[in-house]
Amino acid sequence: MLLIHCPYCGARAQDEFHYRGDANVERPAPHAGQKAFYDFVYARDNPRGWHVEWWHHYAGCRRWVKIERNTVTHEIRTVKGPTQDTR
Amino acid sequence: MPARHEPIFDRYSVWRLLKESIDGNRGWKQAWRKPEPKARYDVVIVGGGGHGLATAHYLASVHGITNVAVVEKGPIGLGNSGRNTTIVRSNYLLPSNIRFYEYSLRLWEGLERELNYNVMMSQRGQLSLFHSASERDAAVRRGNSMLIQGVDAVLLDREAVRAMLPFIAMDNPMFPILGGLLQPRGGTARHDAVVWGFARAANRRGVDILEHCEVTGIRCESGRVVGLETTRGFIGAGKVGIAVAGNTSQLAAMAGLRLPIETHLLQAFVSEAIKPLIGCVINFGAGHFYISQSDKGGLVFGGALDGYNSYSQHGNLPLVEHLMSAGVSMVPALSRLRVLRQWAGMMDMTMDGSPFICRTSIEGLYLNGGWCYGGFKATPGAGWCFAYTIAKNEPHPLNADLTIDRFFEGRMIDEAGVGPKPWAQ
Ligand SMILES: Cc1cc2nc3c(=O)[nH]c(=O)nc-3n(C[C@H](O)[C@H](O)[C@H](O)COP(=O)(O)OP(=O)(O)OC[C@H]3O[C@@H](n4cnc5c(N)ncnc54)[C@H](O)[C@@H]3O)c2cc1C
Ligand SMILES: [Zn+2]
Repeated sequence: MLLIHCPYCGARAQDEFHYRGDANVERPAPHAGQKAFYDFVYARDNPRGWHVEWWHHYAGCRRWVKIERNTVTHEIRTVKGPTQDTR
Repeated sequence: MPARHEPIFDRYSVWRLLKESIDGNRGWKQAWRKPEPKARYDVVIVGGGGHGLATAHYLASVHGITNVAVVEKGPIGLGNSGRNTTIVRSNYLLPSNIRFYEYSLRLWEGLERELNYNVMMSQRGQLSLFHSASERDAAVRRGNSMLIQGVDAVLLDREAVRAMLPFIAMDNPMFPILGGLLQPRGGTARHDAVVWGFARAANRRGVDILEHCEVTGIRCESGRVVGLETTRGFIGAGKVGIAVAGNTSQLAAMAGLRLPIETHLLQAFVSEAIKPLIGCVINFGAGHFYISQSDKGGLVFGGALDGYNSYSQHGNLPLVEHLMSAGVSMVPALSRLRVLRQWAGMMDMTMDGSPFICRTSIEGLYLNGGWCYGGFKATPGAGWCFAYTIAKNEPHPLNADLTIDRFFEGRMIDEAGVGPKPWAQ
């Protein structure tokens, strides 16, 4: 069980959250072209190690939080609000 | 047909078994050699799972390309090939998937003769249950789609399911069982035996299987692959085929490629052994749970992904709880059984749930990956198509749609129709 320290609610169990994927991809400008949109929608770094990702606290504050988690050890290093910088 | 350099007595047969049992089983030989790497091969396959070994076998047996190595970072067959729940079927919905998986199923049906190896192929039937009128409609549509492509499919009503599975809870208040779609030719095979059978057959034709040889870099010169950096030194290669399942993104990154793949966990469970109870493979439409019984008597079951990127190969508890409750509500007798073993594998999940067997933007570099949780059944078919693609430098019609470019071209093969969320495929 992952223990996620929601910045708004405190320490909560993983099953209060929905996973929402890679938080490093950014929506390109509307006319950025097909390649930029392909990268945004489909291509992923899929790192072995630290991964910045979205989780939705659906059974709590219902906010999205940005988590830095290790994909090998499952250790969670930071949990931040959506607009806060993750290092 | 045995290869020329193979002494005829090395074949496995009833006579051989009799002879060895009289001679105290002293004549059995190692099933594959453990050679030192050569300086260069015509083709090097990265990944000694079922897919990599099958590819090497078909390169040699179908295309006559025998200067081939399979490089594997550990011992062969300990990746997903040794971790899956062994279900083999071709009951897909989309035409290109049906054609590919049906071809693979036909190869399975002749695999023991082809490999001279008992892969314990058991066509005990695969039954997918439905629990609502709309799930029934979807099952009918899938069944029709299969029949049109010449694949076997039988729609069972409630009473037929009850007769076939007397131990099942038909009247769960939320998920009553209304019937099921059966593929009689579906079933299971022995996962390890498939790996060993392909390894032995490829070895017989001269393929080098290089275990404990991890690829750490892909060397390219002017847009063309020339070889691999490995923990056993540099190995030159005319062509390189990647077949590393959950590590596909890592290998691709060594060549500067970024793929529409995420790595996720899938768990499996085995109970203590009991007398024969479950005669086919059952897939529950409610909550995602499936179960079969191994020949040793243990019930083998699994369900959905853990749901977040992971390379840990360790499953997490929320999914265990979800799975057990789904299982017990469908087969109440499960609550009396103890789970003996549990493990997880790293799934190469794609953005549309379908795989890749294709060329890449680098000359001489080929990709086999993105098998999600369904690549065991694909083992012979994927090996066959990948060998074709590498040998001819173009896809066979069976895998012509399984390209990376399909995402640029808007031709996704989205069997589940859930959008670009790998954790939901
Ligand atoms: C729990 C579970 C249940 C499943 N159930 C089913 C099922 O019922 N039916 C079905 O059809 N499919 C199922 N699957 C999926 C199936 O197991 C896989 O899709 C299939 O086995 C993939 O085979 P492979 O040969 O591509 O991969 P693997 O067997 O994983 O082989 C890849 C190999 O590449 C090696 N490798 C990785 N990186 C490197 C490197 N850098 N250098 C050298 N070697 C490297 C690995 O060590 C590994 O041995 C399941 C999977 C899991 C985990
Ligand atoms: Zn919260």
